[in-house]
Amino acid sequence: MEAWEGFVGETWKNEINVRDFIQNNYTPYDGDGSFLAEATDRTKELMGKLSHLFDLEQQFGGVLDIDTQHVTSLLNYKPGYLDKDKELIVGLQTDRPLRRGVNPFGGLNMTRKACQAYGYELSEKVEEEFLYRTTHNDGVFRVYSDEIRKARHVGIITGLPDAYGRGRIIGDYRRVALYGVDRLIEEKTKDKAELAASQPMDAETIRRLEELYQQINFLGKLKDMALLYGIDISKPATNSREAIQWLYFGYLGAIKEQNGAAMSLGRTSTFLDIYFERDLKNGVYTESELQELLDDFVMKLRMARHLRTPEYNELFAGDPMWITESVGGMGEDGRTLVTKNSFRILNTLYTLGPSAEPNLTVLWSKYLPQNFKNFATKVSCDTDAIQYENDDLMRPIYGDDYGIACCVSAMRLGKDMQFFGARANLAKLLLMSLNGGRDERYNMQVGPEMPVYEDEYLDYDKVCERMAFYRDWLAKTYVTAMNMIHYMHDKYAYEKTQMALHDTNVHRYMAFGVAGLSVLADSLSAIKYAKVKPIRDPETGLIKDFETTGEFPCYGNDDDRVDLLAKEQTELFLAALKKTPTYRNAEHTLSILTITSNVMYGKKTGNTPDGRRAGEPFAPGANPMHGRDKSGALASLNSVAKLSYQTCKDGISNTFSIIPQALGHTENERCSNLIHILDGYFAQKAHHLNVNVLNRETLIDAMNHPEKYPTLTIRVSGYAVTFNKLTLEQKKEVISRTFHEAV
Amino acid sequence: MSDSVIKGRIHSFQSLGAVDGPGLRFVIFLQGCPLRCMYCHNPDTWNRSGGTEYTVDEVVVKVLRYRTYFGEDGGVTVSGGEALLQAPFVTELFRRLKAEGIHTCLDTSGLTHAGSGTSADGDEAILTALLCVTDLVICDIKFSNEEDYLAHTLGSLASVLYFLSLTQAASVPLWVRHVVVPGHTDSEEEVRAMVTLAMQYRNLRRIELLPFRKLCITKYESLGIPFPCADIPECPEAAIRELQNIIPETLR
Repeated sequence: MEAWEGFVGETWKNEINVRDFIQNNYTPYDGDGSFLAEATDRTKELMGKLSHLFDLEQQFGGVLDIDTQHVTSLLNYKPGYLDKDKELIVGLQTDRPLRRGVNPFGGLNMTRKACQAYGYELSEKVEEEFLYRTTHNDGVFRVYSDEIRKARHVGIITGLPDAYGRGRIIGDYRRVALYGVDRLIEEKTKDKAELAASQPMDAETIRRLEELYQQINFLGKLKDMALLYGIDISKPATNSREAIQWLYFGYLGAIKEQNGAAMSLGRTSTFLDIYFERDLKNGVYTESELQELLDDFVMKLRMARHLRTPEYNELFAGDPMWITESVGGMGEDGRTLVTKNSFRILNTLYTLGPSAEPNLTVLWSKYLPQNFKNFATKVSCDTDAIQYENDDLMRPIYGDDYGIACCVSAMRLGKDMQFFGARANLAKLLLMSLNGGRDERYNMQVGPEMPVYEDEYLDYDKVCERMAFYRDWLAKTYVTAMNMIHYMHDKYAYEKTQMALHDTNVHRYMAFGVAGLSVLADSLSAIKYAKVKPIRDPETGLIKDFETTGEFPCYGNDDDRVDLLAKEQTELFLAALKKTPTYRNAEHTLSILTITSNVMYGKKTGNTPDGRRAGEPFAPGANPMHGRDKSGALASLNSVAKLSYQTCKDGISNTFSIIPQALGHTENERCSNLIHILDGYFAQKAHHLNVNVLNRETLIDAMNHPEKYPTLTIRVSGYAVTFNKLTLEQKKEVISRTFHEAV
Repeated sequence: MSDSVIKGRIHSFQSLGAVDGPGLRFVIFLQGCPLRCMYCHNPDTWNRSGGTEYTVDEVVVKVLRYRTYFGEDGGVTVSGGEALLQAPFVTELFRRLKAEGIHTCLDTSGLTHAGSGTSADGDEAILTALLCVTDLVICDIKFSNEEDYLAHTLGSLASVLYFLSLTQAASVPLWVRHVVVPGHTDSEEEVRAMVTLAMQYRNLRRIELLPFRKLCITKYESLGIPFPCADIPECPEAAIRELQNIIPETLR
């Protein structure tokens, strides 16, 4: 069969344009899930095998095996299989399932430490090879200022991607399937020739020329990688199986090359559905066979791993890859982008059981077909493995072919990329402002010096004035660090495979983040509406604690007095960031997202005026502090909905846990009520919601008897984790979060 | 002018009620209750002089913040305490909500004769006015005979039945609730009697059995009141499922 037989439209044939292909050829589906097939015996057997490996991996302390001899890249391992005879989709990161490769391009020391943490030593061979290489980490630390090092050390800026891949770049892996690699090379070669002829030949142009050289080079390697498995991906895929396989090889090349924090997949299910529909119509595959193919693909995704240090896991718990797949949404022409494959991809949570990866993200619109809303919410109630993001809010900005990177970062596929990194700790910013640039824990001068706040009580206006000064300092330090990081990442660890699957001219974002927003908002509320008396350490003179008397409104109760303070603080911080230009003129964006690092941020932050004690975890993302949202779940959602997506274009993460009994008496009631919650929340231009429908008791039991809950999956902050993979501390924090339980 | 503005004594608001009427409900718990049910879940709402005073305007402003969640089924549920103690306030509130197109639900014990000279004390005109702006009544029939009712709630069943007859006369759809307390109201006969009683009313649309729970124990402790049901075990879900069979399918 001709690869494109039966496919209509012209534009996508003449240029690389996956969206045009989708719009011309996809079949919207508004039916229900009754057509779905169950797992086949083959799938069950393979999944059984994989589950056994997952168990072993846990027993071995989280890492099954490390290949310390080879540096990970596209061609450095022999082909690997889970079960060569039974697999329908092939390709592993290394030569054996769950064996992790080493990737020292981000930083050699990090790789060494990661090997040691699991009882391995990085081989002399690799050590030797990297004696003569500069890593991204080397580069960054050559240029970091003392100020950045101090800010990093005390944790006012945390999670800078200066020792591993930056991630959050989504290759448009669909291009591999639709066009075949030869065509992609051809187009990139044309772009390069055009650029080579342009004037002036300045530094940026030369950089881009070299990047194009690398992209073309790695597209060649991608073909060779597939050939190791006996598969030729130079030409377009001709059927469903090939479409998945080609696409997956694109993704596999990316994760062999890069160990970025988030290696997201994009928006592939509706694209694949076009091949599925054609094959169904022509009798090439049955429904059961198509589900089987998709199941096999998803098993591969569930096997993806990177080698991390325990310190990294402390920030980002549960061994995540953020293989985010965006599902559903609406088209700009008003047709839904839900297809049968949107159901099938969610159905993998039944055929293969609940799982944290891939990170299934439903793009929610009030216009989604009712049947799909019913199905998605049922899957949520059953598995706690789905997050929802507001398509009606994002579509006007990004069009209808965007995907989510990591947790909440929207980007047009193949057209936008981002320079990701880190979070500024806003609660600590407040303390540092009061203490005249000194860190409250280390008693170290980090920012510019000023006398410690002198009055007996904190005055709101005076505090704001100090914060304005230190905010500017912090923002400038942060942007500077990010510029250095991304300059060096481009120089020493450029994402060749992923950028080859982008247009040559991309739009760049620089994605900043904040943590501790709810702590800051409540603290400012205490200062403004109650009386806050700072308590000084007699030895150092630093403000170490606060005595707060009187009532003050807390964020999370739909009370404008405090909610608008939270909103204002995000606006002020973005404005401060924008004062410093970015590397490669990237667009400044901001997220309110902490992953699981809210635990760590809390640890590094002293007592705060809202009554939070030193070391206590922050609330995750944009969530209100646990236990302070006392007016019920919807009031809590309304507070978060007030934060402006225009200000926080890199995403506003909110995690919502409710006990089943509080959501309705019956399964139908629970689904219908969850739909109302999502519709109501998103109608207010809120951005994101993680949904957990479960009892606190279940989590406590899972903490005490992990063996009883091997696949218990919960949403944390923009992603899902297998509960068992959290540290004890993180488990306790998750259990302490607000569960809405009014019955 | 402001003196004539009617105010309600409100114990608290719950922005997400998913089990207090159809769809998602904004629930308003009024302060004050004439009953002293043995298994009362909200002893902190008994005191008629507690709570915080709100005007109808203030409450409406709050409710409207949740409008996007109501969809076609959801709306506002007024609960308590005993909502009928403040019938004129609830009437005015419901009138305003209905003008906004919001579904109104009254969650009550149905006890109209509080014996305290309050305005709604059995006054048919006042109660009918309220029912005119009520889309759904949820009435908790606690015991189905006068002796038990008096013994365990200090109220009168006759007064409840009088209220139910008014809901029928006003053709307001009715849901009946019944808390299943092990050893007291969990026998088949007891449930059957309650169902028979409820089915006399043509406006009956649903009967809900609720399991007795003891989550309220901490409230009693903080109020320094002994919890009369401290020694009674919680009602298992399985018992509820079993007893559900007594209820005709169309009413479940």
